[in-house]
Amino acid sequence: MIAAELLARAAFREGKSVQSFPFFGVERRGAPVTAFSRIDDRPIRLRTSITTPDIVVVLDPGLLKGVPVTAGAKPGGLLLVNTERTPDRLGIPFDGRVATVDATSIAIAHGLGSLTQPIVNTAILGALARVGGFVGIESVVAAITEAVPAKPEENAAAARDAYAGVLTPAEVVG
Amino acid sequence: MKRKAPRTAEDLRGGLFATVPTDEEGTASWRTITPVIDLSKCTRCNVCWKFCPDVAIGLDGEGFPYVKMEFCKGCGICEHECVPRAIAMVREE
Amino acid sequence: MGTKEIVTGNYAQSFAAKLARVQVISAYPITPQTTIVEKLAEFVSEGELDADFIKVESEHSALQACLSASAVGARTYTATSSQGLLLMHELLFWAAGQRAPVVMGVVNRAVAPPWSIWTDHTDTMAQRDTGWIQVYCESNQEVLDTTLMAFRFAERDDVRLPAMVTEDAFYLSHTVEAVDIPEQREVDDFLPPRPRTHVLEIGKIGRLGSFMGPDLYMEFRYSLAEAMGQARRAILDAEAEFERRFHRSYGGFVELYKADGADAVLVTMGTATSTAREVVDDLREKGKKVGLAKLRVFRPFPAPEMRALAGLTDRLGVLDRSYGFGHGGPAYLEVVGSVAGGPRKPLFRNFIGGLGGRDLTPPVIEGMFDALLAGDGDGDEVTWPDLHRAEEGT
Repeated sequence: MIAAELLARAAFREGKSVQSFPFFGVERRGAPVTAFSRIDDRPIRLRTSITTPDIVVVLDPGLLKGVPVTAGAKPGGLLLVNTERTPDRLGIPFDGRVATVDATSIAIAHGLGSLTQPIVNTAILGALARVGGFVGIESVVAAITEAVPAKPEENAAAARDAYAGVLTPAEVVG
Repeated sequence: MKRKAPRTAEDLRGGLFATVPTDEEGTASWRTITPVIDLSKCTRCNVCWKFCPDVAIGLDGEGFPYVKMEFCKGCGICEHECVPRAIAMVREE
Repeated sequence: MGTKEIVTGNYAQSFAAKLARVQVISAYPITPQTTIVEKLAEFVSEGELDADFIKVESEHSALQACLSASAVGARTYTATSSQGLLLMHELLFWAAGQRAPVVMGVVNRAVAPPWSIWTDHTDTMAQRDTGWIQVYCESNQEVLDTTLMAFRFAERDDVRLPAMVTEDAFYLSHTVEAVDIPEQREVDDFLPPRPRTHVLEIGKIGRLGSFMGPDLYMEFRYSLAEAMGQARRAILDAEAEFERRFHRSYGGFVELYKADGADAVLVTMGTATSTAREVVDDLREKGKKVGLAKLRVFRPFPAPEMRALAGLTDRLGVLDRSYGFGHGGPAYLEVVGSVAGGPRKPLFRNFIGGLGGRDLTPPVIEGMFDALLAGDGDGDEVTWPDLHRAEEGT
């Protein structure tokens, strides 16, 4: 949810209308923690759950095995995954663009979270700024600096690294 | 006996009845941290048993507490209330 | 000039109570209200809000603490939801009878059994007979603004009735969006301190809650009815003044959206309204002449506005996000009742939907408009669209 909220702040800085919310329900161990965002140039009036996302962002690559993360995604959308694998080696059928970023390594490099539980959300937002096409990196960095409770500089740096390091299939060489 | 989870208004006509007994269903999926009781420090004061909001701590034949893992939600109240500080909440991997 | 912040509906309530300079807060936590009061506790402990925060063991005690503080003139605030509101029920009558202008934020949540933390209007609908002013909001901005206005219209001397400001669980309470938070100075100008009339004071004889026989009880209840009638004026005045100062308004009791001359109009409350606006625009583009009526203030019930609405269209539907076992849902009953005495009776349809957090999606709402458009003549019908029924023959 923090990621969704930071995303809302970033987009809001660019004059967009924003709406972010967590999965409406009790969080359970074993069930993925999910959050959602709507971003638009016009005021947002829809107030319903999101079942057909344009963009799916996966922060925990372990989810790819058992959870249908792309269920309902609109054709031609974007799938951004935190993984060390390159987009062509992801192995998930997806009708749209696929991008990957090793947010885990970036987070660890900047001392965010622990080795077993790195905090990847700010890094992944940096990657989203590059491949999402709807919010810029400076807005993301500003939102992080303003709203992240701890280590704002490290988090901002992680976002910039991910912005630089995110891969789309066109960029995979060899 | 095959139990069917309710799906329609007709399924619920009988009212609210469980389709699964509680010891099968459990309530442990909430848990991310687990109490670990150091019995060498335990004084059998029973405070943890008394305070557990889910009745997830039982007392064995000698009066020592044990955690019912199928029900413990990991709230940490037992650790907080334990008088001799014999309980520690440990993150599960 | 206010500042725009990205906040949840719950925090919008907290900011409003802080800006209103409430003096006493007493509340008990319940999902999904908890963060309203946690934020207020933070404001108090950091010295940002000079209020007494009374910790209590239940919602019933919370409201009682507010009523006692209110009786001696304090501006008080509380918040709750669902089971907590139900637990307060007897004291809700006290609040109105005591003429205490308490403002309460209610996060609309379904009532048990079975346990549900999701949105539903049953909790506040079940309190419609208590004498509280009730306003249903569709956005976080409206939650903040209405809470500010509530102190003003509730405390007016010719009203002095408690008011509840509601927000749908999760769709508003836990959803962040941009909200303009007014400056303290601007709010102080809009909301002066609570007038110290009709309060208990040391040195003055006074008593609340006498015993009353059949020769006078009815007259007392009538005085409450009059006060609720006066609330109509107070609500409109507060909104006019709010608009003058903050340049935002919400259409008073009933806000019409493309309803004039529509072939069918749907009455909605809470966040369903917001989604329904999108549906109206979509259907209009497809050539269907539909419109929307947002029922914002439920108490006092806007009978004149409903009667006027019935004159604008041949088909009037009401979406109830609760069910009270009457001939249709509570909003439906009151809409139909208001129109009964008027010159024009459209076709009526009641749609019971969105209970227990069932999502009211554009397709579901579109289905309601289609059902309305398919109807002709007069009569009324109560339906539960989007209900999971067993298939025929299985």
